[in-house]
Amino acid sequence: MTSPLGKDLLGLERLTAEQITLILDTAEPLKEISERAIKKVPTLRGATIVNLFFEASTRTRISFEFAEKRMSADTVNVATAGSSVTKGETLVDTARNLEAMKIDMVVIRHGSSGAAQFLADRIESNVINAGDGTHEHPTQGLLDLLTLRQRWGTLKGKKVCICGDVLHSRVARSNIWGLQKMGAQVAVCGPRSLLPNAISEMGVTVFDRIEPAIEWADALNVLRLQLERMQAGYIPSLREYNRVFGVTSERLKRAREDILILHPGPMNRGVEIDSDVADGPHSVILDQVTNGVAVRMAVLYLLSGNSPRLAEAAAGGT
Amino acid sequence: MSPSQSVVLTARALERTLSRMADEIVEQNDGTEGLILVGIQRRGVQVAQRLAAVIATREGVEVPRGALDITLYRDDLQTVGPRPVVGRTEIPLTIDGMTVVIVDDVLFTGRTVRAALNELADFGRPSRVRLAVVIDRGGRELPIQPDVVGKHVEAERGDRVDVFVQEIDGRDEVILDTGKRA
Repeated sequence: MTSPLGKDLLGLERLTAEQITLILDTAEPLKEISERAIKKVPTLRGATIVNLFFEASTRTRISFEFAEKRMSADTVNVATAGSSVTKGETLVDTARNLEAMKIDMVVIRHGSSGAAQFLADRIESNVINAGDGTHEHPTQGLLDLLTLRQRWGTLKGKKVCICGDVLHSRVARSNIWGLQKMGAQVAVCGPRSLLPNAISEMGVTVFDRIEPAIEWADALNVLRLQLERMQAGYIPSLREYNRVFGVTSERLKRAREDILILHPGPMNRGVEIDSDVADGPHSVILDQVTNGVAVRMAVLYLLSGNSPRLAEAAAGGT
Repeated sequence: MSPSQSVVLTARALERTLSRMADEIVEQNDGTEGLILVGIQRRGVQVAQRLAAVIATREGVEVPRGALDITLYRDDLQTVGPRPVVGRTEIPLTIDGMTVVIVDDVLFTGRTVRAALNELADFGRPSRVRLAVVIDRGGRELPIQPDVVGKHVEAERGDRVDVFVQEIDGRDEVILDTGKRA
């Protein structure tokens, strides 16, 4: 028995357009479940899911937990932020311990790129990458795709510009791969210090100024500027960043009338995005949050076909 | 059509059958008061639509309709291989205190209806739930019986009974296929 997605969801880079479409098509009807009086379906009854967060997260962890609970899975949260044990040892040990407790799926967030893959190679359970270092954040990419597809009907030929700290952003990477596979044109915009050197090899257009990017785009995905970046010398100051690259309502006057504004959160209002834009008519930021739960439910559902232990139990009582 | 296939209902016969079923639904409910038709995805939804259309012409009343997709409530999800496609569930209004008629094309093991009853319970507490099916092919694995039946068909386990509807299949017809019989 194989899931059409395989055992794990590690990133969008290795998914096909068909697989991405399957996830989005599955997420669409699942949104209704969150509207019900009883927000729960019995699909993952008896499945145990461990949310293994080695890095702080509010939104993603809560979104995964809602998704898991609305599918009736049993969930355990393990937060190990601040652990001083080195990466390799921790993960191998953790993996062995988890397997010994008969779990079915692991949702992992980790500061090291490749951590989800590392875990997936060593355990039988399904592994879902909830963000690994600066590599990928596939469910965020998927919920962005779903949000845009809902507004546009299709992603083909649409122009999306990812703005800000692309260099450190796993959201950017998942978005670039996902959007390109779905036929969209992708651009990036930000200070050169926050763009990867080889960014044009990913087949994206590069804008050095925000104004032409805004005029070009059907949608802007505004990334969070991590405040640590200023201390590390990537940008001179937050105020200057806002003055040059901030998405403001003044600048949006030159955008197409129906431009969409996305932000993966949490926002730094007044830095990468102004409040009146974040709360304005172009913003689909709260749609993203709603869609996040549905996309994660879809991923859980589609991957759950590949749980050896559940399959064995079910085979006994057809 | 292959020699193993036979027509159970032609388009005309299906139309007559649906009219009678609609009458029976209204008769059992003693009118259309508090009635809601809920079709099971996919073809049950079309059947419910047809029944509602008949009721609308006969009674002059638009009976509310809904759709249930029971995929997430199936009891065989872990054994069916690749995840089945999930369809839309739409229950337009509260079903508390209503008479819900679950509508499906073919009744076989009863497992789909079991799933539909469970899903319905997550939307509220109807005062009464009835079951209307176009074809009852026997072979029940659960204690579930229909209240309104279009036609009984003697089918063996490996046989197929397919209800085709214009909206999805481009034609109205019910076909029995006994091709897998030894």
